[in-house]
Amino acid sequence: MKNKKIKEYLLRIPIYTFTIIFVVLPLVYMVIISFLTKAKTWGFDPAFTPDNYKKVFEPFYLNIFLESIKLAVVSTVLVILIGYPFGYFMGRLDTKWKRRMMMLLMIPFWTSGLIRLNGWIIIFRSNGVLDKLLMFFGITKSPLKLLYTYPAVLVGMVYFLLPFMILSVYSSVEKMDWGLIEAARDLGAGKIEAFLTVTLRLTMPGLLSGVVLTFVPSMGLFYISDILGGNKIVLIGSVIVEQLTKLRNIPFAAALSVILMLLTTLFLRVYKRISGTGELEGLF
Amino acid sequence: MKKVSKAAIVFLAVVTVLNYLPILLTVVYSFNKSKLSSMWEGFSLDWYRMLLRDGDIKKALLNSIILAFSACVLALIIGVSAALAMRGKKLFFDDFISNFASLPIMIPEIILGMVFMAIFSYMNLPFGFVTMTIAHASFCVPYVFLIVRARLMGMDSSLEEAARDLGASELETFRDVTLPYILPGIASGLLLSFAMSFDDVVISIFTTGPSVNTLAVKIYTKMKTGITPEINALATVILVITVLIIFISEKTRKD
Repeated sequence: MKNKKIKEYLLRIPIYTFTIIFVVLPLVYMVIISFLTKAKTWGFDPAFTPDNYKKVFEPFYLNIFLESIKLAVVSTVLVILIGYPFGYFMGRLDTKWKRRMMMLLMIPFWTSGLIRLNGWIIIFRSNGVLDKLLMFFGITKSPLKLLYTYPAVLVGMVYFLLPFMILSVYSSVEKMDWGLIEAARDLGAGKIEAFLTVTLRLTMPGLLSGVVLTFVPSMGLFYISDILGGNKIVLIGSVIVEQLTKLRNIPFAAALSVILMLLTTLFLRVYKRISGTGELEGLF
Repeated sequence: MKKVSKAAIVFLAVVTVLNYLPILLTVVYSFNKSKLSSMWEGFSLDWYRMLLRDGDIKKALLNSIILAFSACVLALIIGVSAALAMRGKKLFFDDFISNFASLPIMIPEIILGMVFMAIFSYMNLPFGFVTMTIAHASFCVPYVFLIVRARLMGMDSSLEEAARDLGASELETFRDVTLPYILPGIASGLLLSFAMSFDDVVISIFTTGPSVNTLAVKIYTKMKTGITPEINALATVILVITVLIIFISEKTRKD
């Protein structure tokens, strides 16, 4: 029995070591530098200052934070509006079609996000596929030049994040006992009432984890706005990159990351509260 | 019993078509003769020829594969041992450690990138393969760990007890009972890890050194400067490989 105990301790060594050195310590280090002063050339001086955080709350940066949150919220809402019904209807198909749909979803899901975004450049680019189509049907007279605009970024975000929502909604629809809905209907509930009181409630875990999987990454996704938005749409992610690589202001970049981290943890806390679990449906 | 309305089928079809449209366009335009590529000027394989001659891309591809492989090996060791260790009695710090270990896939990637860049320069680690492997492992570990742990939770421990009662040694029990049971979990955790590492741009940008370039980073830099038809060809090649892998894994799962 003693032997077993030693074995269990030994098995813990890799994850304890790795997590402490490469997850916990770096995060602590980030919090520390966020309170230090930027050095004249590169790096930082060990002088405590709250200035980095004061700077975060300057209207310019506060605005970028709000813009990023707004984009994340709008993308998430759109992803729900498309992804929820998709996952739900998919769960109602017969087994053969379920399998087929799953395959159809898996191909884009496993394909690199960058490669999928590439297609949208072809569509949105000035005189690209969309412009050509719209002009062909006489809907617009001149190219819309949609690439490097807000709508292009929004489409890119929704497109990028949609599979996560669909898969997590689908997996909870799969687990649902359809008999319960029938029972509700038999007991006199209308279609909409049965949906709201039974279906929606039973698929809530999937919906919520879909929201987490959409909202959290969308807060920091800077390369979609980089590629489809040019430098016109500035999000918090792009600001952190710029501070780090161009302006070399590591303390300020750290402060921005700490705030972003706090927002994310807050969001995950709320999720845990509502869902009663930290696990994400559909993935694990 | 469960009926799917016509409207629902139309909705599923439309979304699926829209889902595939950008991918199909990429494939179609990879065969386009035109260099400006907004216009169709006839079929050509020029971009594929160019791709074959591009040594940088080949090097980047090799880097991506080696990197994803190393990160997966680390994730395999760390994730599986942790999942096995933590199924029994919990230690005081277990929750703390598993929460932090799964953090990398819960927070926006940009934070991880920033954090690694800062800590690696503080530790004086030379930026390159080692730093990238550690950074990639950090988000691969949670996939393997969480999936294998979930699988172990569903496992009936009496199976192992039975094996022990029948005289199997601890090692034999692990090899013949536990391992086969968690193998699908390990496989899907590793597959997910490999794909995530292969696709990763954000964390790679922050932890890469002057000599190491991954394919994803290369594609990203090229896309930022505007689309080249060569990227379409490259995307098509990757797409074909992805589809093949999915088909093969579907086939093997059926058997």
